[in-house]
Amino acid sequence: MIVIDALHKSFAGKPILRGIRLHIRRGRTRVILGASGSGKTVLMKHIIGLLRPDSGSIRVNDQELVGLARRPLQEIRRHFGMVFQQAALFDSMTVGENVAFPLVEHTTMTPVEIGRRVAEKLDIVGLAGCEPMFPAELSGGMRKRVGLARALVLEPTCVLYDEPTTGLDPLTTYNVDQMIRDAQRRLQVTSVVISHDVGSALRIADDIAVIHEGTIVADCPAAEIRASQHPHVRRFLDTWFGAA
Amino acid sequence: MAQAPAPRGLWRGWTAAQASLIQLGEQALRFFSAVGAMAQFFARTAVAAVRPPYRFGLLLHQAEFVGVGSLFIVILTGTFTGAVFTLQSMTALERVGMESLVGAMVLISVARELGPVLTALMVTGRVGSAMATELGTMRVTEQIDAMEVMAVDPVNYLVVPRMIACAAMVPLLALVFLFVAFAGGYAVAVGVMGIDEGAYLARIEWTLDPYDFYHGALKSIVFGAVLALVGCYKGYHAEGGARGVGRATTQAVVIGSIAIFVLDYVVTSVLLLWEPV
Repeated sequence: MIVIDALHKSFAGKPILRGIRLHIRRGRTRVILGASGSGKTVLMKHIIGLLRPDSGSIRVNDQELVGLARRPLQEIRRHFGMVFQQAALFDSMTVGENVAFPLVEHTTMTPVEIGRRVAEKLDIVGLAGCEPMFPAELSGGMRKRVGLARALVLEPTCVLYDEPTTGLDPLTTYNVDQMIRDAQRRLQVTSVVISHDVGSALRIADDIAVIHEGTIVADCPAAEIRASQHPHVRRFLDTWFGAA
Repeated sequence: MAQAPAPRGLWRGWTAAQASLIQLGEQALRFFSAVGAMAQFFARTAVAAVRPPYRFGLLLHQAEFVGVGSLFIVILTGTFTGAVFTLQSMTALERVGMESLVGAMVLISVARELGPVLTALMVTGRVGSAMATELGTMRVTEQIDAMEVMAVDPVNYLVVPRMIACAAMVPLLALVFLFVAFAGGYAVAVGVMGIDEGAYLARIEWTLDPYDFYHGALKSIVFGAVLALVGCYKGYHAEGGARGVGRATTQAVVIGSIAIFVLDYVVTSVLLLWEPV
């Protein structure tokens, strides 16, 4: 479980996060919905410890993340996987080497065992046999799927997705959504997805939080989000459902 | 509301001077904060270098890239430096009738000064820029963030092997530079200018001291570490997409080259203090 409390962050005097409070429950898919510049990515980078807040608290399984030294922070990160917006694959490595990277770094598995695990994860994301390819040879959707395979390979308890469907065509968006749902069902991971794609959010989310100007303005189960009366949430949802 | 009158006369001159002073102070602050940040980065790299995991595979890969990859350009530069330096020195030494000293003079200069400095400059242009570009691209495409998220220390993985490889390979390249400069100088002095081979070699043997080599090697180690530090630092902290990577690459070469010249003076002064007379 991830508990974020009164999180504040400013860049060059400009407040980006203003007292964020959020509970992310174990084994569920939580989508954080918001417009560009609302602070979604900054919030996600705080959850994984890539950014340090000005004030506030982030607790992961009852362990405080804020102020933690590099080594213990790395220990916590081993339980996380993250899929980046542009996949962030290592372009000097093949697909197989990319997916194997966390295993090589953190386990004592033999090359044969690593190869087997990599093939299994690539199969889950529908890319079986793509090990020898380089990231430059892949489409955007394929890169994201390799990114997911890499995020899942250490079998983390929590996976973070940074705008997983941005820039994808509707069909690939649908496939990526299915992949996120499948991964969550099969591996029982906690998923945190930041997105501005309402349709995708409604397809994959168990819970939805809406972030606006650095604060959470709605936080409820996905089925109840349409009932929100907050003007910003209404405007956001109207872009998908159309104004009444 | 009425506007304040523009400053005139002596007061106007004073505000202009104040503005210049403030600008100068800001530039000085920026310079010292950049030096401080680089020192911090070096300290972090030094700590990461002594802590496991030790990445011998990556180190060998980098050593091959720095050493073998730079061999051709160093051989080319060294040969022609030795040849031209011999040609120029002969003109000067002929005036005082000491032509046979040309080999010793060229080799001492190359071993102590030209070899380490020119080798480091060549490696900065080829390797320092490549490091800044590679790490800069990794930074702006979030590959370095991905590494951190996967609980892998990017400094340990990316910077340490590059810095050790440069500190180890630049002295070896400087040694190669010295050998080919000797060959170039020998060809010009003995083959073209007709200096007696025996006198040429005897003067070298008589004049050259092992300390000349140590002096050059120590400087090369420092230059190698610094050019890698600057290249990695600039790349690691690149921001702003392709333009930012381009800026990082340019800065890596410019700052790396300036650092080599400044450190050359500093390290030479320190080494001369301990040099046996």
